[in-house]
Amino acid sequence: MRNAFLILVAIACAGCEREERRLNQPSPPAPTQFVAQVPLQPGPTFVATATEAPFDDNAYGTSEGERLFSQMNCVGCHAHGGGSMGPALMDDQWIYGSDPSQIFASIAEGRANGMPAWKYRLTNEQIWQIVSYVRSLSALTPKGARPSRSDQMMVKPAPAQTPNAKPKRSGPPGGAGH
Amino acid sequence: MHSVFDPASPQARAVAHLWWWMFGVGAAVWLAVMAAMLLSLRRRRAVRGPDELMQPAPGMDSHIERVVKAATFVTVLILIGFLAFDFSIGRILAQQPVDPLTIELTGHQWWWEVQYANQDLSQRIVTANEMHVPVGQPVRFILRSRDVIHSFWMPNLTGKRDLIPGYQSTIWFQADTAGTYRGQCAEFCGLQHAKMALTIIAQPKAQYQLWYAAAVSAQTEPADSTLLYGQRIFMTSGCSVCHAISGTQAYSTVGPNLTHFKSRTLIASGTLPNTRENVARWVLNPQAIKPGTQMPPSPLSTDQLSALVTYLETLK
Repeated sequence: MRNAFLILVAIACAGCEREERRLNQPSPPAPTQFVAQVPLQPGPTFVATATEAPFDDNAYGTSEGERLFSQMNCVGCHAHGGGSMGPALMDDQWIYGSDPSQIFASIAEGRANGMPAWKYRLTNEQIWQIVSYVRSLSALTPKGARPSRSDQMMVKPAPAQTPNAKPKRSGPPGGAGH
Repeated sequence: MHSVFDPASPQARAVAHLWWWMFGVGAAVWLAVMAAMLLSLRRRRAVRGPDELMQPAPGMDSHIERVVKAATFVTVLILIGFLAFDFSIGRILAQQPVDPLTIELTGHQWWWEVQYANQDLSQRIVTANEMHVPVGQPVRFILRSRDVIHSFWMPNLTGKRDLIPGYQSTIWFQADTAGTYRGQCAEFCGLQHAKMALTIIAQPKAQYQLWYAAAVSAQTEPADSTLLYGQRIFMTSGCSVCHAISGTQAYSTVGPNLTHFKSRTLIASGTLPNTRENVARWVLNPQAIKPGTQMPPSPLSTDQLSALVTYLETLK
């Protein structure tokens, strides 16, 4: 009985993270090590590592990421996750990796074929928020913190309604399983 | 400065007029009810002893019935009177203005985007939170929202109207007294709803036209090297990704337009006076002043900040 109570308290405390608004706090640092993910290099492609993104379990941070995704015109190329000029972000194909540090690097440093570098435009905190939103699109973040609705036309159920996904092996588009 | 009882337009005056009538009649009714109650308390005690209190006097029932009927009739009459009065005020507010100045007002979390409509695109003004209007000319607002529902409310000038996402509504007034009027978002719209104020400066037509001519001009390239450095900070450290300055390469519409930033008296949507110190504080960490605002902190060095603020101060 007592254990059950303690477990309940632990669950309740874990749930607090979700709604926490980390306002007026120092920006989380950029990842110190980027995992190289260039498909045009010799050798094998990399399995996603498992670093942590500061806003993955935070609904407010994820929705701020969604707002920035529109305001910074990510939608101009990636649409609302479905992709057009840029690759789709709601499927399980990851050219440069699905790990938070890899997505951070893709946004901060830019990528070949048109992805601009944002590190001089956005703060680390903002990039981390976009990372969490992008990961939520393919159900890589904890289910409870993912958006349960979207203001855009939706081609698949809201991220909160999709089952959790496993990080996928990354590789160039057109590879196996495409 | 921010009061329904100090109307500065025929529209606000009509609303204030209705309010004073409702206040007067409401007060009179309240006094009459209180007087009737005190009178009845006194009378009962004077006429009869405490033992007989529970028994009604003969003929009392029909007397009470008459009084209640009369009071109900008068109440209904007063309410119908106010309904008619209210409709007549509504008609005054709903009339379409003749030859209005049209301003497109868009609500954002948590600031107001202001665009002076003009067929000639080079004559359009885009600004934020503070607008100038001529005295004696109707001003029509086209209200929209970029995110959630906001509400436009200038207590001294007109009633309220909501700004609804995906929908366009209009409201108008004609300021007849020059002055500076403060307005406020009147529909809860998130964390910083309280710090979403706007300012309307009503001024004589000639002065207004002078302001318009200045506000419509683009900025020229700064000559000074400090200013050039400040401008470079603005363009490269993230400011330009949200803010626009006409005449430069910054043209984003995410945040307030800063083309004539220094001509505004307040910053952060009516939160702080537009002084050098406040601007520096705001740029460095807006989250300390307005937690939750969409503007992120900018970790600039003292030199960079100083040059940036010096540059912003030239945007008159």
